[in-house]
Amino acid sequence: MNNPVENQPSSSTEKRRFPWVTAIISSVFLIGLLVVLGLWMKQSKVTSLEIGANVPDFSVTTFDGETYTKSALEGKLILINFWSSWCSSCDEEGYALEEVWQEVKSSGDIVFLGVNYVDTEKDSITFLNKYGITYPNGPDLGSKISRIFKVQAVPETYIIGRDGTLAAIKIGAFESADEIRTLLEKAAQE
Amino acid sequence: MRGKNLLIISMAIVFFCFATPVRAQEITPTVSDDEVNRVAQELYCPVCENTPLDVCPTKACAQWRELIREKIALGWSEQQIKRFFAEQYGGQVLAVPPLQGLNWIVYVLPPLVVIGGIYLAVTIVKRSRKSVIPEKKDPFQSPLPAPETVMKQIEKDLHKEE
Repeated sequence: MNNPVENQPSSSTEKRRFPWVTAIISSVFLIGLLVVLGLWMKQSKVTSLEIGANVPDFSVTTFDGETYTKSALEGKLILINFWSSWCSSCDEEGYALEEVWQEVKSSGDIVFLGVNYVDTEKDSITFLNKYGITYPNGPDLGSKISRIFKVQAVPETYIIGRDGTLAAIKIGAFESADEIRTLLEKAAQE
Repeated sequence: MRGKNLLIISMAIVFFCFATPVRAQEITPTVSDDEVNRVAQELYCPVCENTPLDVCPTKACAQWRELIREKIALGWSEQQIKRFFAEQYGGQVLAVPPLQGLNWIVYVLPPLVVIGGIYLAVTIVKRSRKSVIPEKKDPFQSPLPAPETVMKQIEKDLHKEE
């Protein structure tokens, strides 16, 4: 004898059937979306470099056409100053940096690099000539270097130690040449 | 006559000595603010967030607008100027990001989300309609159809009673 229950029409069970195909497609889509968003966020991560962190390699081509790369300067103390011609406090700081540069440039152990942040070449060169700045200066093409250091505003100064790691940070303008000297000494000891 | 020639020659020498080379700015045509702003509105100030270059009040933006003016005067197209700015200051200065790297997400994701949303909404509405409309049932119909053997047995019993 047939079991009456087995002979029930299948319409009610069909309605309740879990939509596996839709669920799998949705899950794959969501996971894919999260992976892509994660990669995107990783790429645009805004975390500034910390003291002691290894500074990635970068290169600056100066307005004179000379190229300086971090890897080629390894073993030297590198002072990187981000500045702009439209920045009101960059001129005073430029004087102070130039003063210290004149003292240290002959040693060959310390390199000053001026990185021109979101500026026009014409105004930058006018600025450099006006304030008599002679240490190497070049534009930050594609904002690549400022992105490495996560520069938020100018002026900002970073000192890379002889071992290639970040030794000192100065956010804002230096108040005097002495402040620059002190920071360089501190960075040299680390 | 000889004196006249000498005078002309000496005047020519004086002219060439004091003549200054013609600067690019002097020969470039004037570019209107509207022309500059047409390009500037497609670019964003990287210093002040979310501010198009045409309305940005900072000194940096003013310098950039002058740069645009110079480039237009040199005969550069809008695309050339935008490419130049992206190379100089990074892709973030462009109002419309170029279709490269992970930027494609910006173009692909919104239509995908809209299509997915429409599909989801249609599916939900269809399902809710199915569950809301009750099935028409014969009130006299047995909930379970009797198997043939049972029916035969019932018929036999009925015949016996007759």
